[in-house]
Amino acid sequence: MTGRSEPGPARGFEYGAGSEPGSGPAIGPMPGASPGPVFEIEAEVRARGFAVSLAVQPGETVAVLGPNGAGKSTLLTLIAGLLRPDAGHARLGERVLFDVGAQHRSRWLPPHARGVSMLAQDALLFPHLSALDNVAFGPRSQGSSRASANARAAEWLERVGAEDLASRKPAQLSGGQAQRIAVARALASEPDLLLLDEPMAALDVSVAPALRRMLREVLADRTAIIVTHDVLDAFTLADRVLVLEAGRVVEAGPTREVLDRPRTPFAAGLAALNLLVGVRDGDAVLTDGGHRIRVSGLAAPPTESALDLGAPPENPAPASAPPSVPGARVGVSVRPSRVSVELPDGSPASGSTPGSVTALHPHSHPAATSDPTRNVLRATITDLEPRGDLVRVRSAEIAADVEPGLVADLDLAPGREVVFSFPADAALAYPL
Amino acid sequence: MSSRSSDTYAGVPGWVVTLAIIGAGFVLLPLIAMATRVNWGEFIPLVTSESSVAALWLSLRTSLTATALCVLLGVPMAVVLARTEFWGQKILRSLVLLPLVLPPVVGGIALLYTFGRRGLLGQSFEALGITIAFSTTAVVLAQTFVALPFLVLSLEGALRTVGTRYEAVGATLGARPTTVLRRITLPLVLPALISGAVLSFARALGEFGATLTFAGSLQGVTRTLPLEIYLQRETDPDAAVALSLVLVVVAVIVVAIAHQAGEADGFRLRRTAP
Repeated sequence: MTGRSEPGPARGFEYGAGSEPGSGPAIGPMPGASPGPVFEIEAEVRARGFAVSLAVQPGETVAVLGPNGAGKSTLLTLIAGLLRPDAGHARLGERVLFDVGAQHRSRWLPPHARGVSMLAQDALLFPHLSALDNVAFGPRSQGSSRASANARAAEWLERVGAEDLASRKPAQLSGGQAQRIAVARALASEPDLLLLDEPMAALDVSVAPALRRMLREVLADRTAIIVTHDVLDAFTLADRVLVLEAGRVVEAGPTREVLDRPRTPFAAGLAALNLLVGVRDGDAVLTDGGHRIRVSGLAAPPTESALDLGAPPENPAPASAPPSVPGARVGVSVRPSRVSVELPDGSPASGSTPGSVTALHPHSHPAATSDPTRNVLRATITDLEPRGDLVRVRSAEIAADVEPGLVADLDLAPGREVVFSFPADAALAYPL
Repeated sequence: MSSRSSDTYAGVPGWVVTLAIIGAGFVLLPLIAMATRVNWGEFIPLVTSESSVAALWLSLRTSLTATALCVLLGVPMAVVLARTEFWGQKILRSLVLLPLVLPPVVGGIALLYTFGRRGLLGQSFEALGITIAFSTTAVVLAQTFVALPFLVLSLEGALRTVGTRYEAVGATLGARPTTVLRRITLPLVLPALISGAVLSFARALGEFGATLTFAGSLQGVTRTLPLEIYLQRETDPDAAVALSLVLVVVAVIVVAIAHQAGEADGFRLRRTAP
């Protein structure tokens, strides 16, 4: 189980930062604030190599992240009752959704009796029904009279800001409008657990923010699981994240915790962080790539420094946390925006003086290689990728975000050998 | 529906067009030839004679009943074939569609050995005092036998095209399987259901071989319009041609309705913003 209330022993100890993982900022769930059943699942689908267990507290929203084919949708279809596991059990409060195992008789609740509703990537509004009838479908199916179902549907249409679309047929709605009504429809059936399968993926970037805002509102005190590719969804909508890879949970924890201290390349990629992995060596980390990375705070006792990009610590690091175990596996995260790039000979650009480059590019530090507090990695550029108004310069081990002007000045291109550097206080080290 | 404007390059070879024209002529020419032989002066009396009216009335009654039976049995068959998986499903599907390719006379003989006086089930019915063979019931059974595959075929295809996504959404909203079938599945495939039912009706209306074999030819009881036409051809060719024209008109109407429903199919499933 991966409940947020039980930080594993390894998570309680941390270099550099004084906060205890698990005590995130005020985005955490407030147990007791919203009544609702606890959801638990442990399931195995052998043909897909899927074996996942998960618990969701009442009122909590959990984001499930992972690469394509990791088993995110499998997890949702198992919970919704659209797929049978080979083994496992799930319960929603007192209700046993399924209990399939070798030793006892299998139990299986059909989808309509589970109290679980699902919002998919496509709105999937029933094309032959009006928006109002779509939303009223759930209440009607559960035995409400037509009048009370319509009243509840109208209420939900108003909550999602679509009351003026009530009489439209789905063919007359835009993608964003249809998805709003799909949200109303999913909630009007008053599910105990709401599943969202990439609800924003099929929408224009122009309408996604409005829907995200609306979802943030309706998910606030609701038990929900959201599958997403978008790290923004995880940050804005979820209290906790679960990272799946190849059918297994590889990371789990409060959103900020996982995304500030990624333990896998996938999570690091999502969080747009560099992840360097190695072993502790005195006040530094010796990476698998053979570099020695100095990290502020590794030698000194933990302080509340700029290192901790996450939450302000509520509790000091527990005394039981092992202060340092030389030889233990350690991850180091560095924001690409704090990494600078220069040419190996120390002259950042031909035809311009170092001083002018510094002025133009605040992130470039021409004197980096000589500064003992800076970490220096010599590497070959593998890839250049525009990201917003910056350019991400990648190498096998580390990436830097630099301004396009610097790329031109230094004539950066794949295959070129350059020096990446970042200050010791830009690195955050944590045990893996 | 997309209407291709004439200035778009279609790339159809000339010889294909020629063969298509010959094919269309092959279908239409016999109808024209028959229309030229109609004795228009006597047309009304011919089609309103006692035996003609009895045959027409019997045909309409039995065909409508057979269509209703096709819907009642064919919808569940199509749903089971499209939505479930079981051992031998492919073989069963082929066998269910067999009446489509079987000579109707063979179908009639098969029915006779099932529901006839000495048939497999007929003996049990006989014990209950029910005789099926050579009754109006037999006509309906024969028509249902040959028409059922049309409905199953068109509906099963539509069910597969629509897919199960809407049904899954309905189930997670708390709808029981029967509610999902009634409020989601059937409305979604309604155009295919209508066109399938219309095709079944047309096939039932034109049924001849199985009816003659299994039900015989008793005026007002089992002599449907096609049988009446076949008999009149010997004695009164003018009446046969007039009645044939009536059947052609009915067939044209049926095809038009089926086509209309097929057009609606495309409209209903389109899901785009205005």
